Amino acid sequence: MSARSERLRAPTAAEAWAASSAPSPERTEGAGGDDDRPDKVANQSIRVHVDTLEHLMTMVSELVLTRNQLIEIVRRHEDSEFKSPLQRLSNVTAELQEGVLKTRMQPIGNAWQKLPRIVRDLSTELDKPIELEMHGADTELDRQVLDLIKDPLTHMVRNAADHGLEMPAERLAAGKPERGTIRLSARHEGGHIIIEVADDGRGLATERIRAKAVASGLASEAEIDKLSDAQILKFIFAPGFSTAERVTSVSGRGVGMDVVRANIDQIGGTVDVKSVSGRGTSFVIKIPLTLAIVSALLVEAAGERFAIPQLAVVELVRARSHSEHRIERIKDAAVLRLRNKLLPLVRLKTLLKLDREDEGDSENGFIVVTQVGSQTFGLVVDGVFHTEEIVVKPMSSKLRNIPMFSGNTILGDGSVILIIDPNGIVQTIGMVAGRQAAEEGRDVERQAAEAATESLLIFRAGSPQPKAVPLSLVTRLEEIDAKKIELSNGRPLTQYRGQLMPLIPVNDEVRIKDSGAQPLLVFSDERRTMGLVVDEIVDIVEDRLDIEVASERPGFIGSAVIKGQATEIIDIAHYLPLAFDDWRNWKERQGGQRTRSLLLVDDAAFFRNLLAPVLKAAGYAVTTVAAAEDALALLQSGQRFDVIITDIVMPGMDGFQFVSAVRADPRTADVPIIASPRSCPRRRWSAGNRWGCTTMWPSSIVRA
Amino acid sequence: MSAMSENVVEYVTAMIGGQLFGLPISRVQDVFVPERLTRVPLAGPDIAGLLNLRGRIVTVIDMRRRLDLPAQQGGGRPMAVGVEHKGESHGLLIDEIGEVLKLPAASREDNPVNLDERLARVSAGVHRLDGRLLVILDVERVLDAGALAVAA
Repeated sequence: MSARSERLRAPTAAEAWAASSAPSPERTEGAGGDDDRPDKVANQSIRVHVDTLEHLMTMVSELVLTRNQLIEIVRRHEDSEFKSPLQRLSNVTAELQEGVLKTRMQPIGNAWQKLPRIVRDLSTELDKPIELEMHGADTELDRQVLDLIKDPLTHMVRNAADHGLEMPAERLAAGKPERGTIRLSARHEGGHIIIEVADDGRGLATERIRAKAVASGLASEAEIDKLSDAQILKFIFAPGFSTAERVTSVSGRGVGMDVVRANIDQIGGTVDVKSVSGRGTSFVIKIPLTLAIVSALLVEAAGERFAIPQLAVVELVRARSHSEHRIERIKDAAVLRLRNKLLPLVRLKTLLKLDREDEGDSENGFIVVTQVGSQTFGLVVDGVFHTEEIVVKPMSSKLRNIPMFSGNTILGDGSVILIIDPNGIVQTIGMVAGRQAAEEGRDVERQAAEAATESLLIFRAGSPQPKAVPLSLVTRLEEIDAKKIELSNGRPLTQYRGQLMPLIPVNDEVRIKDSGAQPLLVFSDERRTMGLVVDEIVDIVEDRLDIEVASERPGFIGSAVIKGQATEIIDIAHYLPLAFDDWRNWKERQGGQRTRSLLLVDDAAFFRNLLAPVLKAAGYAVTTVAAAEDALALLQSGQRFDVIITDIVMPGMDGFQFVSAVRADPRTADVPIIASPRSCPRRRWSAGNRWGCTTMWPSSIVRA
Repeated sequence: MSAMSENVVEYVTAMIGGQLFGLPISRVQDVFVPERLTRVPLAGPDIAGLLNLRGRIVTVIDMRRRLDLPAQQGGGRPMAVGVEHKGESHGLLIDEIGEVLKLPAASREDNPVNLDERLARVSAGVHRLDGRLLVILDVERVLDAGALAVAA
């Protein structure tokens, strides 16, 4: 036992918790007179049968409904004498409801109690040292939910111990600590609780899952080739799916993940899996806090009423044309500018396919600003009523396949109303799951990007909508006499500083003037110069550049709010080859025969967006990653790069750690690395060399 | 009741699209006039909507749609037969409710091979009455297949 516990460091957070809370009956009864305090606690708590609480809960739910009905009736009569007693009844009911809900809440640690023991036993049985970390054990949730989540969690921890973690020898060979870690964490997020089970093991073998999925007839070879890795991982939730080569006494029999998923589905939760080969696997479970009562905002769309859980609602905005808040359009995508952020809008009517032909008033309406995880979007509705406490009832099994609804309920006026599921909406409109994943846990990135302001050149070309380009990319601004524009070989040119400079309009709508002054943005590298033809140079502003809506159109990186206006950011890399077919080739000839590959590591999306096009234009095949951990994973997975450019200050693993990790691996030991800190105190340069950077440039130089 | 059901089965009869159907009375909870139906966007066409029946949420299924029959032409006010299935309340929307018939179990016949495929899917056999046919509605099949149709 003692040998085992040496190897298996006690999960401190959880044990501290177990020692301090949860007046478990056995313990309080047995504690006796050693200490006064537990005795007092024991005297102040009684055991109540769960059924009693359940019944109480049902009664309170009914009471809430009845109260709502009364309020509805009184609302129709102006000066009713019932008003003030009803007000009081209403308050008491609300408190009662809250109190009863509280009796049902239990810390999630109750479901984790047995896990340290299980892990300890597994550790002996499998002969692997395992550390179990538990975080957020005091996060509370409804005991009904708790009961349903207990077994899935146990199963997932077993799985992680058996399949997830490698044997100690294997771990040491892979440069990892001998002791494997399983990390269990819980936290609140909106009306949900997020539980994560993560291990630092070998990760899921995507190739094996692929092969297995084909072998067991879940998908054909052709289908499987089209699926992304994330989609492939979802196969592990299929019934009877196991890629374990051998069946152990612990797991590998292929029963499990499908049951886990079924249990989680049952309580309206979701489970997601992420895996990085060689770095570990993590399962993220999202389940509602309680299944009972929620506060909901009632809205109207196409004449029907719907309830939106208040927890997901951030604010309400009234949109009108010609007011401060108006719905703008970037191509076909509707957006709202809200405090200098671009908010993507979705129309509830359209989502629910309730659109009618006579769609006229598309500029007016109420916007329910909704947040799901890190994703915020605006839901456009026709009208907003009041908020009401609703008792969530599950959808009929026939309707459960509609992702937009999480349940239904009976309102005070007796009618049935559907409850909108903001999660379902996000999934349905597919709001760039990848971006969300990238944003998760990278708040630091956003802060960094927000802090960095940039000089931007604002101009107009073709449409009245402003366009912008980072000023640092522009060599000069020029206005030339339109008469000096010549045509050669069908392409407009001008003589500029003793050279012929090709002129490229930003888009087809831009007309090269035939008289007067023609504004140009001049871009050049050492030898070549090109002029970008625009209609008007508007301004140079100092602002933050957050690409909010990525663009698929060539020539545009995306859209951002600049000085309160939705602005399209143009991609210079697109225009350079238009001016000189050989701009890219020429660079390549200089650098060697083949395209060189480059890995760009920077936590700030801003710099990634900025540098990548420039580097591409310079002839590199650029791969960008947001975190050093991801970069390392990429390198370990066998990808090879000719050059690595990395930022230094990053959340998680910083640039120095990253560089030394790259150097430590014999396969990547001699890859040239350019450290590119944004702010670069001299004293850190030497540090850079010590850690094995080839050279160090502030990122501004790289850009220039 | 149980003694009787050994040889006689009671059926609630209902007209749907001109065809007489019988539902075993043991399965029928109540018969009601559907009011204040809430539409369910994105649901299958056979889901007529949801309604509140004495504090329970009832999923109402349009039997004409379910049987691929044309929608009712104006006039008649639809009725609904309340049935319970796997702990959930359902209402089957029918054209007209009829009398309760007691029929000997022995006179139930298997589906004729040439029975309309749409009916055969939900039929648990037929009874020959005076001059017309009573199709016994298999409630399980009506409701289960509905779920399948939506999922597909």
